[in-house]
Amino acid sequence: MVFPQDESPLLVLRDVRKSFQEPDGGELPILDIPEFTVEAGEQVVIVGESGCGKTTLLHIIAGISRPDEGQVRINGWDITLLSEAECDRFRAENIGYVFQTFNLLPAFTALENVLLGMTFGRGKPDVARAKHLLERVGLAHRMHHKPRQLSVGEQQRVSVARALANRPKLILADEPTANVDSGNQQAVLDLLREGCREENVALILVTHSPEVARQFPRIVRLPDINLVLTRK
Amino acid sequence: MPLWKIAWRSIQHRAVASALTAFSMALGVALVVAVLVIYHVLDRSFRRSSQGYDMIVGPAKGSPLEIVLSTVYYLQAPRGTIPYEIYEELSHGRFATEVAAAIPVCIGGSYAGFPVVGTVPELFEEFRYLGDRPYEFEPGGRNFSPDAPFEAVIGATVARRAGLRVGDTFRVTHGLAEQGGHEHPDEFTIVGVLKPTGTPNDRALFVNIEGFWKLHQHDARHGKASEEEESVNPMDGDGDEATSETEAHDENHRELTAVLVKRDWTNSAKALALPMQVSKEPGVQSVIPTEEVAKLFEGLLGNIQTILLIFAVLIVVVAGIGLMVSIYNSMNERKLEIAIMRALGAKRSTVMAVILLESILLSLGGGAIGVLLGHGLIGAFSGVILEETGVRVSALSFQTVELILVPGLIILASVVGYLPALVAYRTDVAKAIASGV
Repeated sequence: MVFPQDESPLLVLRDVRKSFQEPDGGELPILDIPEFTVEAGEQVVIVGESGCGKTTLLHIIAGISRPDEGQVRINGWDITLLSEAECDRFRAENIGYVFQTFNLLPAFTALENVLLGMTFGRGKPDVARAKHLLERVGLAHRMHHKPRQLSVGEQQRVSVARALANRPKLILADEPTANVDSGNQQAVLDLLREGCREENVALILVTHSPEVARQFPRIVRLPDINLVLTRK
Repeated sequence: MPLWKIAWRSIQHRAVASALTAFSMALGVALVVAVLVIYHVLDRSFRRSSQGYDMIVGPAKGSPLEIVLSTVYYLQAPRGTIPYEIYEELSHGRFATEVAAAIPVCIGGSYAGFPVVGTVPELFEEFRYLGDRPYEFEPGGRNFSPDAPFEAVIGATVARRAGLRVGDTFRVTHGLAEQGGHEHPDEFTIVGVLKPTGTPNDRALFVNIEGFWKLHQHDARHGKASEEEESVNPMDGDGDEATSETEAHDENHRELTAVLVKRDWTNSAKALALPMQVSKEPGVQSVIPTEEVAKLFEGLLGNIQTILLIFAVLIVVVAGIGLMVSIYNSMNERKLEIAIMRALGAKRSTVMAVILLESILLSLGGGAIGVLLGHGLIGAFSGVILEETGVRVSALSFQTVELILVPGLIILASVVGYLPALVAYRTDVAKAIASGV
């Protein structure tokens, strides 16, 4: 276990490189980020074309994928130095994730899906908080419905509540409005941003939508921080 | 949320596949339960049936087991007779000090296919059945009188199946009617119907031994003795039995097929030596029924139980493999679910545990249904078993050995769940989320 080194910023990526292996055995560089930082409670949008490494970047920040090189420091902890189990625990307690395709577990109700977001951390699942979050996203009357009984907009709202459930320091949202109908896109976005603001959670949202991007105070174009794309 | 609940939700989500898998497990477990319970109930009932008396004196001809099967269970005809004098020696003669009770028995003839036993009323007074239960009569009935030679008492199954009641009369058939047997003209009057005992006595008719002898004296006077030699016992038309029974009721030569003995254990050394002492008498042998039943069970029925158990366990193992295939096949479509849980912070070991728990829950759930099913089947067939064998079984006849099923099923489920759990353990989270499956 590595001990925290400093207080801020919340997220620091330094000299992070990631490549994938191609079928012919060669290496395909995806990311080469000299530095990228996010302050606590900050809301950042990352834009870029499809396939430019946005999702890979989120996976590395979440500890789902490991970079080939570099540091990923969150709240002072370099998660690249944590064991896999430690990294899982760290993610459970510090990071919320909103997927493009919602990814609610079909066997569970909306309430249980939110509780699942608290299950793998240190504390006990807080049913009252889970209910409060669902009320907060306007689903008080749909708590005991399964995902197939919810509209796509409702599913994504459950997903937002789940991401906030474990009181994370950072929420990673991967194209959260891409699969939501136009009528619900803004509502989901507002809920996500307001929820983060209320709980002082930093938000990194990835999108290729200019309409979504322009609502954020800080817009990061991935080609500006990713040398792989600059070199192209 | 507890991990078992996550596993349970997953089972519910695949309700049909889960139900079928659990059902196959239930069938295997039901079979194991049925084998275990039936064997143990049979074992207990056989052993207890012979505990009212701890020794039988029978003819030297034939094996000790044959004496037990014919005298205790009425499963075959006696292989010969013993002199009446041996009963006198046991009841008030040379061996009387080591004997607490001696009951003469003469088995032969039948009514409606049920064996007729000539004996004395003390049979139902001196002895207990199934441990320490006294024989009781249905209301309005009583034991037959020693002074009324043509009084009889019948077992509960006989009363039900032959439709006989107190006050009815019956004639003893000598040999099987369809094989040329004939009815004795003298009638016995039923004075009592025994309450069900769950022993072979439910399936027999007990007549006063004096009347039993008189029947055959009557036959002898009418010159039928020679005919009887052709067909005697309904359970076995063997000529040996014919001869023995004919001899047994000779007017001047009273004989018995056995004497049931309860030893007096005041002097245990003498009581222990009694069988050997009695066996020295000409034409007789002493048998300890519990020993013979134990030999029968351990030598023959024990092996049958082992074979049946092996088959039943194999069925459970096959059901376990079915469980593995079912969960393993579902893993492909569940990789995304596993990846989501991992993305929410679940460790590899946690998702592995969820799959193992799912396997264990299915096994234990199927096992629980199997236990109920097994006992339900036993309960459903208890009437038939009682009618056909005289052994009382109950749906609530639980055996301690059934508790082995719990750890057994957990171990089986852990073994068969390991492979799919390993798939969960190895799931590439980034890849599964990226591909959306």
